[in-house]
Amino acid sequence: MTVVLPYDSAPKFQDYARPEMLVTTEWLAGHLEDPGLVVAESDEDVLLYETGHIPGAVKLDWHTELNDPVTRDYVDGAGFARLMSQKGITRDTTLVLYGDKNNWWAAYALWVCALFGHPDLRLIDGGRTKWIAEGRPVTTDVPVRPQADYPVIERDDTRIRAFRDQVVAHLGQPLIDVRSPGEYTGELLHMPDYPQEGALRGGHIPGAKSVPWSRAAAADATFRTRGELEAIYQAEAGLRPDDDVVVYCRIGERSSHTWFVLHHLLGYPQVRNYDGSWTEWGNTVRVPITRGESP
Amino acid sequence: MTAGTFNPRLQEIAEDFGAVPDTERLQLLLEFSEELPPLPARYAEHRDLLEQVPECQTPLFLAVEVDDDGTVHLFFDAPPEAPTTRGFAGILHAGLDGLSADEILATPGEFSSQLRLQDLVSPLRLRGMAAMLARIKRQLREQQG
Repeated sequence: MTVVLPYDSAPKFQDYARPEMLVTTEWLAGHLEDPGLVVAESDEDVLLYETGHIPGAVKLDWHTELNDPVTRDYVDGAGFARLMSQKGITRDTTLVLYGDKNNWWAAYALWVCALFGHPDLRLIDGGRTKWIAEGRPVTTDVPVRPQADYPVIERDDTRIRAFRDQVVAHLGQPLIDVRSPGEYTGELLHMPDYPQEGALRGGHIPGAKSVPWSRAAAADATFRTRGELEAIYQAEAGLRPDDDVVVYCRIGERSSHTWFVLHHLLGYPQVRNYDGSWTEWGNTVRVPITRGESP
Repeated sequence: MTAGTFNPRLQEIAEDFGAVPDTERLQLLLEFSEELPPLPARYAEHRDLLEQVPECQTPLFLAVEVDDDGTVHLFFDAPPEAPTTRGFAGILHAGLDGLSADEILATPGEFSSQLRLQDLVSPLRLRGMAAMLARIKRQLREQQG
């Protein structure tokens, strides 16, 4: 039986539905040497880790490591086991994730790890921004961790992931579009020279409420308090605590952040991330689309 | 120079990237990001004169100047927390700054695919470099009238 590393008892976290999913930078600084803990950095920029990272942290790249290189999907059970083993992570490891931009990509990496049911996943509240702003140590030394033996666990796509046909069946039930307001209304696709969006149609899934993902983060990149989050998602966007919610963005990365907020911080029992998101919906023949500011 | 060929400096950069193992190739890109010259004051104080390249994940801004003798100067601006984007800009600066407009216009649009970075950086991210080159070439064509 493995010993679970102690949870961070920071008062702010105790208001969240699952306080054990977060650690403070202060907690991490005191546990960096703990056996059984691996810190992993996941950033938008594939080179940011190389410019300096938390001592001992490994790099986990969403694009080159977590995605299947051919099919538009995530790695399979064998691929995930190989990846985790290479990084010295076992099924018993307390895996602490952090990254740039309010933990945007770290939340995405955490969501992918959750598809494989990794038991102990945590995010650093405030991520890379807060660690560096506090003047905590960073290094360019890449740790050499012994190869581990992570078991092959098949990915479970049924609980926290939604596919297009499931979203079609979900129409009329709560949906949150976490993209920027311009993407939501459909204006952004009309920007000249913007092939990056990769969608033929602009707008949003009918009924989706617009709550840009970064509203869940405070200025110092930490998550907003439970009261502030409830004001945004419940009072403003109208979600009820027992709602079955689907979240989406462009490829499912920003919406992983909102998935984390709704599921782990506010305790919504069923939140699914539609990772096909707008790059699938906006290219799909004959699915309904709404333009403009109204859901 | 015929259309669609690399000038000797770009060719050398592509060969350097091709010659090193995967792990060192990312370090090489990091070195280019560190060597990207800062913006001169006339742009640093007037960022509105720069053109945005939204295809890069982290927005990059650039400017193109042509001297009376036809020499082209390139200027790039990207934040330090976007080293990959800065690295792409650094490669284009090292490979193209100081050349003639015709030499730059002859650079193949798919240059970025010659650096063997697809698996390390991902094709999506590499699109940003192709977009930078396309915008530099478009500005040159406009300035040539």
